[in-house]
Amino acid sequence: MREITTTRAAFFKGYFDCAPFILIVVPYSMLFGVVARDAGLDLLQTMTMTVLVIAGASQFTAVALLSDQAPVFIALLAALVVNLRMAMYSAALVPYVGHARFSTRALMAYLMVDQAFAVAVRTYEDRPDMPPAHRVAYYFGCMALICPFWYGCTFLGAVIGEAIPASLSLDFAVPVCFIALTAPLLRSAPHVFAAFVAALMALAFAWLPWSLGLIVAALSGLIAGAQAELFLRRRKAKGAA
Amino acid sequence: MIDTGDFWLLTLLLGIGTFLIRFSFLGIFGSRSLPDWAQLHLKYVGVSVFPALVAPLVMWPEATGGHIDPIRIVAALAAFLIGLRFGVIWSICAGMGTLYALQFLLPNL
Repeated sequence: MREITTTRAAFFKGYFDCAPFILIVVPYSMLFGVVARDAGLDLLQTMTMTVLVIAGASQFTAVALLSDQAPVFIALLAALVVNLRMAMYSAALVPYVGHARFSTRALMAYLMVDQAFAVAVRTYEDRPDMPPAHRVAYYFGCMALICPFWYGCTFLGAVIGEAIPASLSLDFAVPVCFIALTAPLLRSAPHVFAAFVAALMALAFAWLPWSLGLIVAALSGLIAGAQAELFLRRRKAKGAA
Repeated sequence: MIDTGDFWLLTLLLGIGTFLIRFSFLGIFGSRSLPDWAQLHLKYVGVSVFPALVAPLVMWPEATGGHIDPIRIVAALAAFLIGLRFGVIWSICAGMGTLYALQFLLPNL
């Protein structure tokens, strides 16, 4: 692996490490453009939502509920719950980029999406000696690629406005994207255990309203992973004694 | 039809709310370090959130009306196994490729 020497190089490393996700972001954001126009939103409305929120799943949720004539308050709450997972991303990023200036952190928060989070944290874990400034540059590199595609393809989808044929099964691009994000993160037995427990709990609690099952499952995964790590540590300590 | 006032109110509040969720810990903690127990748990955020998102989408896809679709399960497994060995881009290709190939070969399933 090439050594990162400058902040600039770190930025472009992030930029290219995130490149594979263009495959997912393009159809997904176009789909949002199409769905939003189908629901009766105009171009300005569609783009404002995409730029202000940049969180696909919650945008789909909000538009779907508003089209179903749900009260604003309910649509808002449901969409926010979908985004609650990002509080966990925010916390997980603190040890790596918490040193940045307040305004920089605010910009990082605005740009926080699943792909950038997963790619960045994986790199931070792989390179514990990465200088803090490079970590910040790397993070922005990730988003510098994803973000324009997100805005641009939503716009394209909204302008073209033609339904993407259902036979393309683009709905499946979402789980495949998250599977591709997960696989490289499974670096130890506790990681595998956490993933397994989280998946199982997500199925068991899928009946909860407003995708609260996701939150329950994710928290279960965190606890499972942490407990597995503690268990292995204790066993190792015993073995050494 | 979506009411214009409803839309703008929702979009504004959703934008602010989502930002606050994202900024929460980064904003408050900054360079102060999180307690050890928190750091221990936070290592597992990615491996917990992503499988929890994926599992219901693969088991009960909306596109099939929530019915179990063996093709999607096989395609998800393919994406996973290839992802473990070859990385992101091949994982995506394997997942979508397997889905399309099986849908083409087994149109009645």
